[in-house]
Amino acid sequence: MTTRSTAIMTFRSSAVTALLSLAILAGCRHPAPANSGPKATAAGTALVESSGGHQIGVTGTALKDPLVVQVNDDQGTAVPGALVEFHGPAAVSFDPAAVLTDSSGQATTTVTLGAIAGRYELSAVTPGKSKAVILSVVETALGYQQRVGSILADKYCNRCHDPESSPERVSNYDNLQVKPHPFTEGTTLNKMSDADLTSIILHGGPALSRSALMPPYGSTLTAADVRALIAYTRAVTDPPYQPAGTVYARK
Amino acid sequence: MQFIRKVLSSAWQTLFGDPVRAFGVVSLGLLLALAIAPAKEHFSQWHSYQRKYLTLIRDRGDATSLRRRFVPGIHQIWLPELGVVDRCTTCHLGLNEASLTDVGQQPFRKHPVVPHSLDGFGCVICHGGQGQATTVAEAHRSERAGEEPILPTRYIESGCGQCHQNALPGTPQLNLGRTILTRYGCVHCHAITRPDGSKVEATDRPPSLAHIADKTTREWLYSWLKDPQAYAASTTMPNYKLSDADANDISAYLMSSSTPHAGDNAAPNAKSAASADASAGPSLYGESFCASCHAVQNAAGNLVGGDVGPELTRIGNKAKPEWLTAWLQNPRIYDATTPMPHYRFTPQQLTTLVAFMQAKSDSDYGSSIHLDAANPQQISHGRKLIVELGCAACHEINGVQKPENFAPELSTIGSKPLAQIVFLPRMEHSLSSYIVAKIRQPHAFGPSVKMPQFTLTASQTDALTTALLSLTNRARSMPDTLRVAVGPETNYQPAGHAGKVIAELACFSCHRFNGRGGEMAPDLSWEGSSVQRQWLIDFLHNPNTLRPSLIRRMPRFNLSDSDNKELTDYILTVYQSPSIDAEIAPTATNPPAVVEHGRQLFYSKYACQSCHIADTKNDKGYIGPTLTQVGSRLTPAWVYAWLKNPQALRPGTTEPNQNLSDDDARALTAFLMTLKGSSGQGVKQ
Repeated sequence: MTTRSTAIMTFRSSAVTALLSLAILAGCRHPAPANSGPKATAAGTALVESSGGHQIGVTGTALKDPLVVQVNDDQGTAVPGALVEFHGPAAVSFDPAAVLTDSSGQATTTVTLGAIAGRYELSAVTPGKSKAVILSVVETALGYQQRVGSILADKYCNRCHDPESSPERVSNYDNLQVKPHPFTEGTTLNKMSDADLTSIILHGGPALSRSALMPPYGSTLTAADVRALIAYTRAVTDPPYQPAGTVYARK
Repeated sequence: MQFIRKVLSSAWQTLFGDPVRAFGVVSLGLLLALAIAPAKEHFSQWHSYQRKYLTLIRDRGDATSLRRRFVPGIHQIWLPELGVVDRCTTCHLGLNEASLTDVGQQPFRKHPVVPHSLDGFGCVICHGGQGQATTVAEAHRSERAGEEPILPTRYIESGCGQCHQNALPGTPQLNLGRTILTRYGCVHCHAITRPDGSKVEATDRPPSLAHIADKTTREWLYSWLKDPQAYAASTTMPNYKLSDADANDISAYLMSSSTPHAGDNAAPNAKSAASADASAGPSLYGESFCASCHAVQNAAGNLVGGDVGPELTRIGNKAKPEWLTAWLQNPRIYDATTPMPHYRFTPQQLTTLVAFMQAKSDSDYGSSIHLDAANPQQISHGRKLIVELGCAACHEINGVQKPENFAPELSTIGSKPLAQIVFLPRMEHSLSSYIVAKIRQPHAFGPSVKMPQFTLTASQTDALTTALLSLTNRARSMPDTLRVAVGPETNYQPAGHAGKVIAELACFSCHRFNGRGGEMAPDLSWEGSSVQRQWLIDFLHNPNTLRPSLIRRMPRFNLSDSDNKELTDYILTVYQSPSIDAEIAPTATNPPAVVEHGRQLFYSKYACQSCHIADTKNDKGYIGPTLTQVGSRLTPAWVYAWLKNPQALRPGTTEPNQNLSDDDARALTAFLMTLKGSSGQGVKQ
């Protein structure tokens, strides 16, 4: 008797919890766009990225610039009024998640990346005429350590390593006889081990028989700063960095 | 009834009729009762996660060591000082496992690298939620009285802000939020006391309206009240969405209560006005580096310039020429504590500048506004509105007292219980979404809410929410040893006549001296050890460009010779670093061999030309100051000490400490001291 009633009670309480959490989950959701979603008035056959791809954001926060994609037809002219849906891993949210293209054929959404650092593969989908057209976009979210690295890079490194120049912040890249490697340059940086990167940061270019134009930062940055800088460069390289890691044999 | 009794008695007979059978039944019952607890544990949520974890690590190469570190059962981080009882690690088993970086599946992910250990601080301090709970729903999403659901990741920096009252380099969002809190004047109405007892002070300096009639017209005031952002997009003044009649009445009261201020009506110099050269305006505005502090909207609609002073895009629509002349002549007469420097403009320059500023106007702005003279009822209604809206909490207004505790105190807003919050329909029941909604649309919470709607972007709102969420009860109950105080701002005041000149020139608005002042320009606490006398005199007379890449620069103040000399003497005597020893440093003149050695070190071993220009023909370095005349600018003792350890002289400077040997530093100093240039040549662009 006792056992059964306990079992029933346990079952009931877990059912109540499940119902409650469902209710809470439902409460958390924004009004579902699927039901009251926009009705497409046109359809295109191609999707191109206008802007907002390859951004570097921060975990859990909205990307600085919105993601803009354009729907084109066979002739490559923009299609207004076509439906575009945005998809991504569960942690990513889009505002709005489904939108009709505007008069210039563009669909705009604000992307909030998930809580976990790394690359996020997102996709924009438009129904198309016969089959759905899919465009994938990659965005990067920096975690705490990578962001500390990005702040340090901004202060100490980017003036030379980043060729992008603006009137507010003129790049020194063009003034250097030996060109530094931008931190996004995966082809070079991915080949260098963490130990190599650490030693070139600590002891300067000559440590790896490279140019003395790269000064040593060993007495300026702390060990944690250097680790953060390396974590940052690893996060932003293109093509992505694949850590060598330990190779485990399956038993 | 009869039937039930019959069934019961037969059941009793079946179970307990025979003593042996009764013994068996009781034993079985007891056994089942004893099994309840283990069964409950076996079927519990955390137990199933622990089983999943064991399956996950089974096939990994380091399974043995992972399994050795795995402890079955409920885990707990207990930190009585912090009030932390966290059982999160019962399910989040991989948080400290360095080798699980490739695992993407929750709850087994490795925790990202943060400066604190999990064992020392627990989880809920940063993440919120219920640490004691052992089910996912209760730990993550509980909303019961006194409990809070887990904090969305985008506000995670609020956790840091509980202990760290200072600005951390790794928490830009929290730092921005705290800046908004003081810069948008939130603390004029909402008192905020930090956990250490100090008060958060506003930094926005809303202008006094006691003499507003000297400064502007009632029409401008009316259109400003109607929509401040239409006049200056960057203003922090919120739009109160006043009706035409209300704006009319408030402007009427402000004008009628305004008293004339002595010296506000400098008569424009008619003679020089006639000869004012229109083209001289922009160059004088540029030469005075007004743009270092004031922004102007360019044709593309972007703000260009600093944000220390108000935006000047349409200043001609606002300021009366007489007032502007008096202000530019000496701003301290109108406002004794303004950050605006007292430029010593000549009458001719004043006329030119006033004419140039007056031309910064928009002919459409406010052109359709014609206000009739106000009657006493309107004026008294205006006063009533001013009291109701709390205008005097920010602005000094004649005849209206500054209200005390005008809005709720926010010192512990980050711990506001959900039970005390009235949520809007269809709104997520969490403190963070409540704060965001309250900032974004305060009027949605009822017509009696007096809080105005500020013009903040989504990311600014998130930053402000982060700063507010860091004001928790835990931050106040935490042991003092954990608290990192906000960097103290001293009330340092230089003495004597030089002190008066420094105050007049508002040097503190940009430069820092002995722990007080702005961040825009270099810290001058040790400037006296650094520079040579003649260079400083020349520089104060006519500041030239030291760092080619900077666009914010030192203005020219037209100092008199005696003021200049006084200031130079004071800087050279008082702002001396105790750590610089002229005895051990090389002298200004050195044997040619040493100089040549220094030159080689400069160009080859240390490659200083990557950031500095020593020779305008060949070098292109664009980051550090130009060194073409460093030999006549800096003292050898400073150069030597700087080369040995730049961060010791100016913490946070970007020049790396290259760990130079004494000999190398001497040789480099010897070389640098030979770079005398001719002053002002080749650097002013």
